[in-house]
Amino acid sequence: MKKVFTRPKSLTGKPFHYCPGCTHGIVHRLIAEVMDELDIREKTIGVAPVGCAVFAYEYFNCDMQEAAHGRAPAVATGIKRVHPDKIVFTYQGDGDLASIGPAEIVHAAARGEKISTIFINNAIYGMTGGQMAPTSLIGQVTTTSPYGRQVDQAGYPIRMSEMLATLDGAVYIERVSVHDIRHIARAKRAIKKSFELQIAGKGFSLVEVLSTCPTNWGMSPLESLDWLKDNMIPYYPLGVKKEAE
Amino acid sequence: MAKVLMKGNEAIAEAAIQAGCHYFFGYPITPQNELPAYMAKRLPEIGGCFLQAESEIAAINMVYGASGAGARVMTSSSSPGISLKMEGISYIAGSELPCLIVNIVRGGPGLGGIQPAQSDYFQATKGGGHGDYRMVVLAPSTIQEAVDLVMDGFDIADKYRNPVMLLADGILGQMMEPVEFKKREAIDLAEKTWATTGHKGDRPRNIINSLFINAKELEDHVNKIYRKYEQIEKSQVRVETYNCEGADLIIAAYGSTARIAKSAIEMADKAGIRVGLIRPITLWPFPRDSFKKWAERDHVKSFLTVEMSKGQMVEDVSLSIEGKKPNYFFGRTGGVVPTPEEILGEIKKVMGGTRG
Amino acid sequence: MNKDKGVVFIVARVTFDEELCKGCELCVSVCPVKIILMDRDRVNKNGYHPATVHEMDKCTGCRACAMMCPDVVIEVEK
Repeated sequence: MKKVFTRPKSLTGKPFHYCPGCTHGIVHRLIAEVMDELDIREKTIGVAPVGCAVFAYEYFNCDMQEAAHGRAPAVATGIKRVHPDKIVFTYQGDGDLASIGPAEIVHAAARGEKISTIFINNAIYGMTGGQMAPTSLIGQVTTTSPYGRQVDQAGYPIRMSEMLATLDGAVYIERVSVHDIRHIARAKRAIKKSFELQIAGKGFSLVEVLSTCPTNWGMSPLESLDWLKDNMIPYYPLGVKKEAE
Repeated sequence: MAKVLMKGNEAIAEAAIQAGCHYFFGYPITPQNELPAYMAKRLPEIGGCFLQAESEIAAINMVYGASGAGARVMTSSSSPGISLKMEGISYIAGSELPCLIVNIVRGGPGLGGIQPAQSDYFQATKGGGHGDYRMVVLAPSTIQEAVDLVMDGFDIADKYRNPVMLLADGILGQMMEPVEFKKREAIDLAEKTWATTGHKGDRPRNIINSLFINAKELEDHVNKIYRKYEQIEKSQVRVETYNCEGADLIIAAYGSTARIAKSAIEMADKAGIRVGLIRPITLWPFPRDSFKKWAERDHVKSFLTVEMSKGQMVEDVSLSIEGKKPNYFFGRTGGVVPTPEEILGEIKKVMGGTRG
Repeated sequence: MNKDKGVVFIVARVTFDEELCKGCELCVSVCPVKIILMDRDRVNKNGYHPATVHEMDKCTGCRACAMMCPDVVIEVEK
């Protein structure tokens, strides 16, 4: 028998610190598998955010930079302008990208920076213990929306992919999910496409990945997969939001 | 190269280019706008990269990324914009990254004004960002000196892997003076083997990072950075002393204010009052020893610190002279530039003993 | 899958790096032949009941469990 599934070389092998059932780990593996398949590990530079993935530089087995909260697209811009021939990706959560960092992601997209962004949307702040995020759903209970998110107090959740899709510099934007095997396979195809477009120098691409946070949602890992499917997907419809010809 | 008449902002930009800096990330803010504009024209000519970022916050983080990728890189701004960059500067120092940050200081606080000032001294030298870190802060008083300090600044930044700030002001940024871009013999700087260049499998992967979740590891990391600062304090202090021999009073002033003070000193000489000047060129590392030495001289009766602020460097002067002599202060702020006559008036007050 | 004359043919095998498992049970939920279970008799060094398989002969090597695992615990051979 031969091995048909092993840890990708583009993961360092250091055990993830993520909570049990947290889908960050799945997305990390998908990115690493794509890096192996495209054979780009040794020419890739990743940018880790501040948030649950703040230790991502210990997990991706390539050159990494740690960015200040929300600034990964700017850091990535600096790297890519110095090394246009290298592959640069940012890995960001919803607090990082949708709350403190929209200016950076909007302008990286508007400039058509040839970078790939993997945007993890789990509708909450994980690292800091479960606060409301700009992507938290209406009525969602968090430590900073204890009565459920109220529209008249905290406004509406932001659909970042649709917003960024209006920018001409963005050549490919898709929202995917990892709540079951079929969607995980779909997510991997999207991530691979984003990296392929970067290799081809086409422009800015972003893959938004609906993701779970069992601990701060207050559910079991399995229940959180269902909650994602039943609550997040209706508000954050999956699919390609932008695909330049 | 022969002397050429240039505006300060543009001369600083050209000096950076000649020092091998081919990456600039900035944002519009008066009174430094000519600097990015010059870069926008010149850098593409030499295959460099000029990028106007969406904010000063984005700009300093682009500098972080480019520096971490091994490039000589700079940004420029003015007071409010520098405030926005402070978090980024703390990260740059914490990640041991070299870069040059130019602050063409303007009146503050808040939106303030656009006239020249020196009210960012604390921010620059006492760490405007969080955590234990220092920036080497270079304060030119002429455009030629600004050009020379820019070139030195990049070498210092690379040598010690630390951010360096050129602290000028609106006068230096906006006025024109003849300058010469002197050819310099390249100093031997270590190759940037630590940079994230995509490691082609020929080296372990590089990580640019300032996160140390383990307290002891963070302390060790900060201590390592502070051993660099000890080296810098020993070897990088720059100061000009002028007319101090036999002086009754010594003025402490830097940048444009020091030039105005020199005019006042000449006027005082004519009035038979011998006044000297100590002009820090590095605001950090601060020239403590120079002040200490002159404070111990019997002929020196007192010090007068003059700044375009409500008094910031005056504290470092007092710390340096350790109470041996009184240290008076005179300052104009908000963008008001003191005149030689005003400074002469203060000198006479001090000498006449009518100062409290 | 077949059990000719008591001989068990293994067509595929999954191995669990049990010390990495956090007992999240996502793999259990996706196994098409329902052979993954949480080993209630053991606790790994992190204090979790690790996932395991007893009826390896039923494994088809479909990799669903490995794809679903957030901690790269599972290796699949076929």
